[in-house]
Amino acid sequence: MERIPILRMGRYLLVTIQVDMHDRLAMTLQDDLTNRIVETGATGVLIDISSLEIVDSFIGRILGNVAAMSRVLDAETVVVGMQPAVAITLVELGLSLTGVRTALSVERGMELLRASQEAHLEESADGRTAG
Amino acid sequence: MAVLRDEVVPIRAAADVVLVRQVVREWAIKQGFGLVDQTKIVTAASELARNTLDYGGGGSLRLEALDEGVRRGLRLTFEDHGPGIPDLDLALKDGYTTGGGMGLGLSGSRRLMNEFEIDSRVGEGTRVTVTRWK
Amino acid sequence: MQGNGNQMLIQVLSERQSELLAEWMAALTTGSIRRDDLMKEAELRGQCGDFLRMLRDAVQSGNVTNVMAPEWADVRELLSSISRSRTLQGFSPREVATFVFSLKKPLFNQLHHALENDTRQLFDELATASDLLDNLGLWTTEAYQKVREEVIRRQQEELLELSTPVVKLWDGVLALPIIGTLDSSRTQTVMEALLQKIVDTGSEVAIIDITGVPTVDTLTAQHLLKTVTAARLMGADCIISGIRPQIAQTIVHLGVELGDVVTKATLADAFVLALRRTGASVVRTAGRPGSEK
Repeated sequence: MERIPILRMGRYLLVTIQVDMHDRLAMTLQDDLTNRIVETGATGVLIDISSLEIVDSFIGRILGNVAAMSRVLDAETVVVGMQPAVAITLVELGLSLTGVRTALSVERGMELLRASQEAHLEESADGRTAG
Repeated sequence: MAVLRDEVVPIRAAADVVLVRQVVREWAIKQGFGLVDQTKIVTAASELARNTLDYGGGGSLRLEALDEGVRRGLRLTFEDHGPGIPDLDLALKDGYTTGGGMGLGLSGSRRLMNEFEIDSRVGEGTRVTVTRWK
Repeated sequence: MQGNGNQMLIQVLSERQSELLAEWMAALTTGSIRRDDLMKEAELRGQCGDFLRMLRDAVQSGNVTNVMAPEWADVRELLSSISRSRTLQGFSPREVATFVFSLKKPLFNQLHHALENDTRQLFDELATASDLLDNLGLWTTEAYQKVREEVIRRQQEELLELSTPVVKLWDGVLALPIIGTLDSSRTQTVMEALLQKIVDTGSEVAIIDITGVPTVDTLTAQHLLKTVTAARLMGADCIISGIRPQIAQTIVHLGVELGDVVTKATLADAFVLALRRTGASVVRTAGRPGSEK
């Protein structure tokens, strides 16, 4: 069965969606990602959708699910590279993708992850010293 | 109003939803729609095709390329002989889910297209017709 | 009157193709209608021959009155394409329609020739032929208008693009100064251009300045908001600046919800905010160049 490959980049996972996914493939991706986060202890997930020409409510839900699940596993998800036509359509469709952070590119996405992780660390540090 | 071409695509499995997206995209391009409009049409088609499969138990899509002289359009008719929708008003409300979700399918497609018609009878089936004009 | 006023017409069109072509060409290449500068004789002869042949095929169906019927589709298409190419070549609308109308005389001559002794029949056939060519002539004129409209629309689009440029103010900061009223379609085009520029330049902040927009209606306000939402979905942020007092009033009056969209009174304020967002800052160095000593 075909699967979408998940690359590991240090403490982050990178997924590049390049095919028009049928529903089962998308759900398999969701499962695979969750498993990989646990396996690798990843702190961040980058989903590159710059090749996706269509994002409908199903895919939108998958993205939302991945973001929520990863957060439970203490990882942050960033969706990058959304095409303008897709963004315009999603707005019209009424899909808000709340809880999903976005960035213009993989590089920006990684910056975002790093910045939020630093903030995260600071918080924990303060918490401890406050004791 | 003239129907330039029409074609029927069966929707019986998940792979057909992907096929629907491809066929609708081709037809939209042929009718001269720009990229943003194409995206809207294909997205609406994806929503409705999925509904047909998941809630209608499978059915078909009829594509019609329309020409009214002054404007051209693309009409998509999704039909199934499934359980039908008992409460249409509720189903058309944004974000409504029957535990697993019709969600934005119907209301979203309505927003993405210019014309939207739905005919559903419990126990008989559902037919959704949407049209986008150039 | 079916079947009465067209038998000879059909016959003439079927059997007198070369005579008609000769007379028609003669009419088209004399005097005022001649446009050597725009079209060579060989090309003209080709067009006339094609039209006569298709005319013959169409009338043989029996229908010589309704040119919008399927039997006449080929003729209509030929006329449309002839009209289109002539329009683009620079012929005037009168010249384009004359292509069809100038076939009347040759056709009437042939009918007269064939029906010299039957004035009643001749009259019916002439009437039918005249109506037919009138309809076809009108069709060419309509086709001409369509082409003109296409040209105008394309020019409008180009003008639109030129009048609302998206400019890069700084690394990662774009500005879209809008001048003039925003109608629905213009707003859509402009917004699509902005979003595309965001992707192309990788800019995370876009300032939409509406200082030059006198009025905003509900639809336009909604489009602006949709654009901001779309930009956010992509990973960029928009700041709307230059909101005039009147527009502020309209927005409140119309009940448009700006939500958490950031707005600034001036483009300058928006720019400062944008710089901060992208992590840049402006520092004034001590001592102006050229002053003192």
